Amino acid sequence: MRVALFITCFNDTLYPETGKAVVRLLERLGHTVEFPADQTCCGQMHFNTGYRPEATPLARRFAEVFAGYDAVVSPSASCTGMVRDSHELLTGSRPPQVYELSEFLVDVLGVTDVGAYFPHRVTYHPTCHSLRMLRVGDRPLRLLRAVKGIDLVELPAADSCCGFGGTFALKNAGTSAAMLADKADCVLRTGAEVLSAADNSCLMHIGGGLSRIRSGVRTLHLAEILAATEGDAR
Amino acid sequence: MTTGTGDGLVWLDTPAFPEAARTALADTQLRGNLRRATGTIRDKRLAVTGELADWEQLRAAGAALKRRTLRHLDCYLVELEESVTRAGGTVHWAADADQANRIVTELVRAAGADEVVKVKSMATQEIGLNEALAEAGIAAYETDLAELIVQLGGDRPSHILVPAIHRNRGEIQGIFRREMAAWGRPAPEGLTDEPRALAEAARLHLREKFLRARVAVSGANFAIAGTGTVGVVESEGNGRMCLTLPQTLITVMGIEKVLPAWSDLEVFLQLLPRSSTGERMNPYTSTWTGRTPGDGPQDFHLVLLDNGRTATLADTVGRQALACIRCSACLNVCPVYERTGGHAYGSVYPGPIGAVLTPQLAGVDKAPSLPFASTLCGACYDACPVKINIPEVLAHLRAEVVESKRRSHRAPTPEALVMRAAAAALATPRRLSAAQRSARLGSHLLARKGRIGRLPGPLRAWSDSRDSPQPPAETFHAWWRRTHPGETRSGESR
Ligand code: SF4
Repeated sequence: MRVALFITCFNDTLYPETGKAVVRLLERLGHTVEFPADQTCCGQMHFNTGYRPEATPLARRFAEVFAGYDAVVSPSASCTGMVRDSHELLTGSRPPQVYELSEFLVDVLGVTDVGAYFPHRVTYHPTCHSLRMLRVGDRPLRLLRAVKGIDLVELPAADSCCGFGGTFALKNAGTSAAMLADKADCVLRTGAEVLSAADNSCLMHIGGGLSRIRSGVRTLHLAEILAATEGDAR
Repeated sequence: MTTGTGDGLVWLDTPAFPEAARTALADTQLRGNLRRATGTIRDKRLAVTGELADWEQLRAAGAALKRRTLRHLDCYLVELEESVTRAGGTVHWAADADQANRIVTELVRAAGADEVVKVKSMATQEIGLNEALAEAGIAAYETDLAELIVQLGGDRPSHILVPAIHRNRGEIQGIFRREMAAWGRPAPEGLTDEPRALAEAARLHLREKFLRARVAVSGANFAIAGTGTVGVVESEGNGRMCLTLPQTLITVMGIEKVLPAWSDLEVFLQLLPRSSTGERMNPYTSTWTGRTPGDGPQDFHLVLLDNGRTATLADTVGRQALACIRCSACLNVCPVYERTGGHAYGSVYPGPIGAVLTPQLAGVDKAPSLPFASTLCGACYDACPVKINIPEVLAHLRAEVVESKRRSHRAPTPEALVMRAAAAALATPRRLSAAQRSARLGSHLLARKGRIGRLPGPLRAWSDSRDSPQPPAETFHAWWRRTHPGETRSGESR
């Protein structure tokens, strides 16, 4: 099986550690990952903001870059959703088969215990696009429950949107901030040290709010928790 | 005395959504009222939809029935007209709000009346009927409790089903005490804010109007093409008073409300109450077929309203919004609506469905901020009993807004320039890496201890409530190149 990693432009720029974690994790599970270096962006921001002519060449490029792979795995639920739900509309052809990380692990590789060790109190925000676009269900939670040492606590009102919504956070900053404040409250109520999710964009937004109020809660992508091992814990 | 609820599809005095939302966000009383009210309805809905094993099949059936009917709308409307006429009613066709208002005004005048009682109706709010009647010297009295509260308060509806959802008991008590006398029977002495007392005050106030009225105006939840039967679904029984007591009944109905057959109600009379009020069954379902000699209104008129609907039907993506049965489930689950309330949408149709329906019925140029009033979180799509993919339509309309701006502005908007620059930077890895380098350099100037507090320019809106991460020294691309030499498949563009 030829597996390619789609890192996403956002993770490439701001969260390269997440990509490294995906590589480490998949290699630990016995798979080699290829990284097609010509990849850039799925076009989600342009598409969701109404700039379709700008999104189309990005979707076309995506199809070219990832043609020929059996599976593309991505540590972003919303970018995966963009490819799966909207690329065909832009390019006129079926896009490459892309999986969000938890889908890939559970459905394609058939594992829930990935041999991770993470001795911290963690709460998980199931992002809107994981839940309602990809319908990943409890796959991320099944993966997290199998992590050794983890103290996984349920996030109240977990399925409510955090208020990010891409350019929504800029266009409707007030409403976005009100939603963020409620989400941050829920996170704080769990007493977790770490907030995790399948999308760094939501985590940047919630984490930015948690940092602004000096909450001390860290944010960490699901991939980074699943990649952690006893060797990492000093 | 104001003329009351709902002054048309788009409220011209309401600013764009982000600005209108700011006012609402600052109102902590409003936010508290909304959070409690939407939370309660949400839980009730989940309980009564969860208990049906075939709920998902019902949704699928509702969606399929509506879509099929919309595809053959022309045939069903003609069939409806024939059925209603055969049953002794009169059908009128109104292309827009003005025509519909003129038709209703003339009918009321012909009946020799200078006042009408009204059943809660979105269609008549959409056309601004109360205001049009007032101009013609005809008083329109809202009889739905929540509409009454809105009308007496000189207010606007903020929810499809519970138009006064933004009001709490204390506010309602104040409105009744202050305003009822100017409209008819005053509020009882010493009226408290007890729900029973408030309901009794409304009952007494309205009873007088029901018994006097010669003309009623209603909307319709459905009309059956095969039989000509029209129906209204409600909770209070005030609607039934209007539908049975007056001599003349005028119903204004959007053309998309037609259903082929009686048997279709099996699906919709389950979907609607469970999705809207979270009840298994609504207390009152009134149906009437034309005119029944000696029983109920002896003169029945059905005004079929287009007002942008056929234009919406022509849009293959957007037309699904016409399947809406106005249950308001999408409002109740919407995280944006929950924070801003309905007034910020500046339309009789607020919330997610309003954000897709209003721009389509009125034209995207009339409500260009509404398609953007959503995070595309998808909660509305999941809740919708007829499976309207609201996020899909929102994204579709966003593209229309951007296109329409492209056409009408000679110079690109600042946003368009940013988007164009971003698209250029994302076109190849090499350009992306150049852009990443400049972003990293810029961030060095702003960062403190790895976090950025204040951002310049349009990003200020972001940094007002969030810190930002500082871009790390090495991108993933660069790391891969460094650690996997030779394995990088290099392409033309690098
Ligand atoms: S769009 Fe769907 S959920 Fe919203 S009011 Fe209409 S039918 Fe109900």
